[in-house]
Amino acid sequence: MGGKILLAGIEIPGIRGFDVYRANGGYAAVEKALREMTPAQVNAEVTRSGLRGRGGAGFPTGLKWSFLDRKSDKPRYLICNADESEPGTFKDRYLMHHLPHRLIEGLIISSFALGVKTCYIYIRGEFKYLVGVLEKAIAEAHHHGYLGEHILKTDFSLNIYVHPGAGAYICGEETALLESLEGKRGNPRIKPPFPAFKGLYGCPTVVNNVETLATVGPIIGMGGEEYSKLGKGKSTGTKLISACGNINNPGVYEIELGLPVEDFIYAPEYCNGIANDKYLKAVIPGGSSVPILPADLILSTAKGEKRLMSYESLSEGDFLTGTMLGSGGFIVFDEDACIVRNTWNLAHFYRHESCGQCSPCREGTGWMEKVLYKIEHGQGKMSDIDLLVRISKNIEGNTICPLGDAAAWPVASAIRHFRHEFEEHVLHPAEVLEKERRLSASFAV
Amino acid sequence: MLNRYIMEQGNIVNHKLFVKEGKTVAFSPEVLGKIQQLILRYPEGQQKSALLPILHIAQEELGGYLSVDVMDYVAGLLGIQPIEVYEVATFYSMFYLDKMGHYVIEVCRTGPCAISGGEMIMEHLRHSLGISPGETTPDGLFTLKEVECLGSCGTGPVMQVNTGYYEHLTPGRVDKILDDLRENANKDKPDDSTWVEKFC
Ligand SMILES: Cc1cc2nc3c(=O)[nH]c(=O)nc-3n(C[C@H](O)[C@H](O)[C@H](O)COP(=O)(O)O)c2cc1C
Ligand code: SF4
Ligand code: FES
Repeated sequence: MGGKILLAGIEIPGIRGFDVYRANGGYAAVEKALREMTPAQVNAEVTRSGLRGRGGAGFPTGLKWSFLDRKSDKPRYLICNADESEPGTFKDRYLMHHLPHRLIEGLIISSFALGVKTCYIYIRGEFKYLVGVLEKAIAEAHHHGYLGEHILKTDFSLNIYVHPGAGAYICGEETALLESLEGKRGNPRIKPPFPAFKGLYGCPTVVNNVETLATVGPIIGMGGEEYSKLGKGKSTGTKLISACGNINNPGVYEIELGLPVEDFIYAPEYCNGIANDKYLKAVIPGGSSVPILPADLILSTAKGEKRLMSYESLSEGDFLTGTMLGSGGFIVFDEDACIVRNTWNLAHFYRHESCGQCSPCREGTGWMEKVLYKIEHGQGKMSDIDLLVRISKNIEGNTICPLGDAAAWPVASAIRHFRHEFEEHVLHPAEVLEKERRLSASFAV
Repeated sequence: MLNRYIMEQGNIVNHKLFVKEGKTVAFSPEVLGKIQQLILRYPEGQQKSALLPILHIAQEELGGYLSVDVMDYVAGLLGIQPIEVYEVATFYSMFYLDKMGHYVIEVCRTGPCAISGGEMIMEHLRHSLGISPGETTPDGLFTLKEVECLGSCGTGPVMQVNTGYYEHLTPGRVDKILDDLRENANKDKPDDSTWVEKFC
């Protein structure tokens, strides 16, 4: 393994504070960038690193930065997306909690590269305790001359502000986030125009995920070339994976991209196998929005190759037999998990979080939830299963923002790979309900 | 110009306009000072951006929920129309439009928590408190709510009590937490400093 990059030093006591962080090599990358490099050189290093957005879509960061409208005379903004609301995802929280200065460092270097003077960290309101952690780190950086006017006596000035959201998954979508930051409801905007031209207050704006921006420091430190040697193919570097569900060791792990999925699930240093000696049934590897795969297809592709933790390998076979790396929210289900119940649960989530702007999403998510509720509670018909597939197809691709797709994919993939379980629910409602009852009773202590 | 908003309007509304049940709806001068600083974090003419942070503070400082009077007061502070505040307050799940219990218990119901025992935790709370999600106990101490993923799925089941996280829940641990809250002797309670204290 390539060793820790993003989480380097996390075990050092006091690394959350400026002094210890600095004493362990922190802020050296800021000094290197501001004193020895031009903004264009920083951009080039990020491009060379092959870094791809860690927020979900995996879009190359250097390319995204190159779209920023640099001709406009309006101020430019950098927004750090710390909304982290995708079910199964809790990596940004972990990073900000333990290494807030790694993020601040990344924000300073990225702002320097982009010519940004004001940067906002949009953090979900539920992470209230982290607002204090980040504010403190920002104040420390100010105190030591890494933020504010004339940083390190250069011409570069920057302020970073923390901005709390207030409970809305949709505000993780970049244009909904911008609306929310402007003090409005989180209704996604129609694109184009893209934020790179018309973002916050109509000004050129870059929105990146916490993990993406925190990686910029280490990239400048080690050089883009060096970073790109880590990982596999176009999945360069390391990625934080938050693992949860029925495994022995839930938690956040930094892996080198390209690690076999099987190793991630069974190796003692990662998930350490399925809890209670049960069998692996299925995995949602990239946050609740990506397709679920049954055990055989998550461990190896339809072609029989070992499935790897990388953007390419996980999507091998497209949606027929593949899935996506997404945000790295790795949810594991054991043999007892009920796929129908979980699909219903997630459908409820998307119905609740739909902003309601477009009919296919607003109405479709509601219908999917209702039909799934019926099936899960022993009142379903066989034709309901195909009805679900039809609804999901009617949502997919017909909405303003990707939340519609995110709601449709989990339902479509659950039926694609576990149709027999849905049929089972329809054919034997009493047995299914009895199994549920026994299962939930077994939780009682 | 921004300073003018908060100073003029702040003073106007402070003690005159918003009187509810004989009580004045207004921030203390210290809180008002903090809010003025918050507004200055956004460019001139964009003071509306401070709405979400201010509503968090308002909810905490002015009665635990956003009454129409409180929302009108905030609109006055920012120089925006009351409707602009209402539409935001009704969109976000962390803002309450009705009176809440002293402790608001929000249990995560989403997939990862559900498969690690979250459904059982909700059942247990229903029985222990004798109320359903959305209701408040008759003594006004607890309100129970169901919420979506709290970003803590690896340490589930999870609940928040007044925005503090309680993780790795079991029915036994929930009983202990409820007892501690009732006696106000909650020793391992999570960080509960206010929103005003959070912003440096
Ligand atoms: C419904 C929805 C929710 C999203 N939630 C988040 C989120 O919580 N955090 C995040 O970083 N990106 C989220 N995204 C992706 C963002 O829109 C955006 O692509 C991302 O912040 C870009 O950063 P990156 O290029 O660094 O990945 C979400 C997208 C959608 C459609
Ligand atoms: S797809 Fe759903 S969440 Fe996205 S804009 Fe349309 S209604 Fe809103
Ligand atoms: S599912 Fe409960 S915190 Fe994420």
